[in-house]
Order: sequence, then C-alpha cells, then structure tokens
Amino acid sequence: MKKFLKRYWMFLALLAANIIIGLLLPEIGLKSIEITKKNALEMLSILPPIFILLGLLDVWVERETMIKYMGKGSGMKGILIAFLIGSAAAGPLYASFPLASVMLKKGSSIFNIFIFVGAWSATKIPMLTFEAASLGLPFMLIRLGISIVGIFIIAILMNRSLKEEDKVELYDINNKSGEVQ
Amino acid sequence: MFTYILYGLAGGGLILSFIKDRQKTKKSLIKAWKAFENIMPQFLAVLVVIGLALAILSPETITKLLGNESGVWGLLFTSVLGAVTLIPAFVAFPLAAALLHSGAGYMQIAAFVSSLTMVGVITMPLEIKTFGKKATLLRNAFAFVFSLISALIIGVIFK
Repeated sequence: MKKFLKRYWMFLALLAANIIIGLLLPEIGLKSIEITKKNALEMLSILPPIFILLGLLDVWVERETMIKYMGKGSGMKGILIAFLIGSAAAGPLYASFPLASVMLKKGSSIFNIFIFVGAWSATKIPMLTFEAASLGLPFMLIRLGISIVGIFIIAILMNRSLKEEDKVELYDINNKSGEVQ
Repeated sequence: MFTYILYGLAGGGLILSFIKDRQKTKKSLIKAWKAFENIMPQFLAVLVVIGLALAILSPETITKLLGNESGVWGLLFTSVLGAVTLIPAFVAFPLAAALLHSGAGYMQIAAFVSSLTMVGVITMPLEIKTFGKKATLLRNAFAFVFSLISALIIGVIFK
C-alpha cells in the first residue's frame, strides 16, 4: 500500500485536484473527467498487444550473439544488425548506453554504434505501433522514413567529426569501465 | 482496424513463441507486464493533466500557442520542450494526440516527438560516461537540428 502511494502519488494528487476543481467549477471538472475517461479507455485498449510485442521482441532477439557479428569490417551486415537491435529494443534512450558500451568493448565500429543509438531512439517497433495508433499511420510512416535517413546522416556526421584520437578515447573509456552489463 | 491487427500480431506471436519455448514465453509476458506497470503512474498522471488542460484551455488557445500559425516560435518551444523533458514515448503520444486533435500543428507536434525521443539533455551525464563529452554534445546537437528539419518536412507534407 505504501509502495503504491509512493509510486502513484502524482496521479492521486492530480485526481484530487481535479475533484476540487470539479466542486468549485462543476463545468470544467466534469468536462475534464470525461476527457480523461475517454482517453484512458482508448489508450488502455491499445496498450496490451503493444507491450506483449515488446516482451516478445526483448526475449527473442538475442543481442549478445548479434553483437559478435558487428565488429569493424562487418559492412552492410553489421549496419543491418546494429539497426535491428536498436529497433527491437525496449526502454528509453539512456537504456541503450550500457549496451553501446558492450558493443564498443567488442570492437563495433563508431558508425555502427551511432546507427544503433539512432535506431533505438527513433525506430523502436513497439513505440512505432503506438505512434501509429495515437497519431495516425501516415504520420508515423512519414516520420519513420525521415528518421531512417536522419539516423544515417547523423551516424556519418558523427563518424566524420570525431578525430582519430577522439575515437581511441571512446574505446578507452569503455574498455576501462570494466563492468559488462 | 489498426488495433485489431495489433491484437492479431500479439496473439499470433504469443502462440508461436509458446510452441517454440514455453519458458521464454513466460519470461516475455513477465517482461511485458513489468514494462506496462512501470509506465502506469506517469501514464495515468499525464492522462489527468491532458483532461484538465483540455477542459481549461480552449482549442482556440491551443491553436494560437501551438497551431500552424505559431510558426517558428511554436516549433522552437515544442522542440526545446521535447529535448529537456524525460518522459517515456508511451506517455508522450497520448499528450501529442490530444494536442493535435485540439488544434496544435503537425509540425509542432512532430518536433516535440522527435526531439523527445532523440535528444536527452537530462540524461547527458549518463551518455558522457559511455561516449565522452565531445561525442555526446555532438550527437545531441545533430539530433536536435535533425528533429527541427524533420518537423519542417512533416509540416509541409501535412499542411
């Protein structure tokens, strides 16, 4: 119970605020509860299959075995694998950094690393399905198309702007950190 | 329609996974539930905020602040907002959809979504630990500029 309160205090406080507003200004209070209810029902009906997909992707896409195949000189295959691992991911962008660190340790190229981070941030499959459901399929598809081009451009720019010594340092940071996550 | 396809995909995937490996299927369902429960506090809070905001702000006000007419300022506002906030995409999409339906422009909403997912100002200290200062600053700067360009293209297409 205490844990529940701690996690949901913001929601409960907002709900209480909504009720107080409803008592003072019934019109706004009722309208907001109506909008909240409608949105909640709509969103909660879409979320279960998306999270099931997220769980399946997370368990079946074996990242550790894939990382082996994306070292320097892995060419197109390495790029594709980097993209795929990023797209099948679950979790916010910062959750990709520990994995990127493992990739660097195993000798992934800088270009592939930023393809991976880009794919993780913009083309995660569970996220795209929810984007299509809430903002429309055309919006999602067009934004996805632009993002894929953008990911490659950003990876190319990163690869060019980092000098040789910067890259050496990048590998050094991650080799020293020692902890494999 | 889209929702039915999603349920079909998830159901089919589960059956296939169950046939191949029960243990993994169980693990994936636990993972799914944990991820779902994990966003719930923020998700529900944002839904109440949306309800309140839309009940108080008129569509005219939202259009004025974030609509097509808000131009460069609306675009800069939403992209900076996306860059400095740290909310999961699953929580942000209902907010973006609600704003869009109440008069916000496609360009402004696209800028918010893109910079939210690709730029992370608050998480920079974490990123620096992996990529170092230079690469982190460069990546976030490129991603921010890219989210502006991406939003401009979407703004032109959805006009």
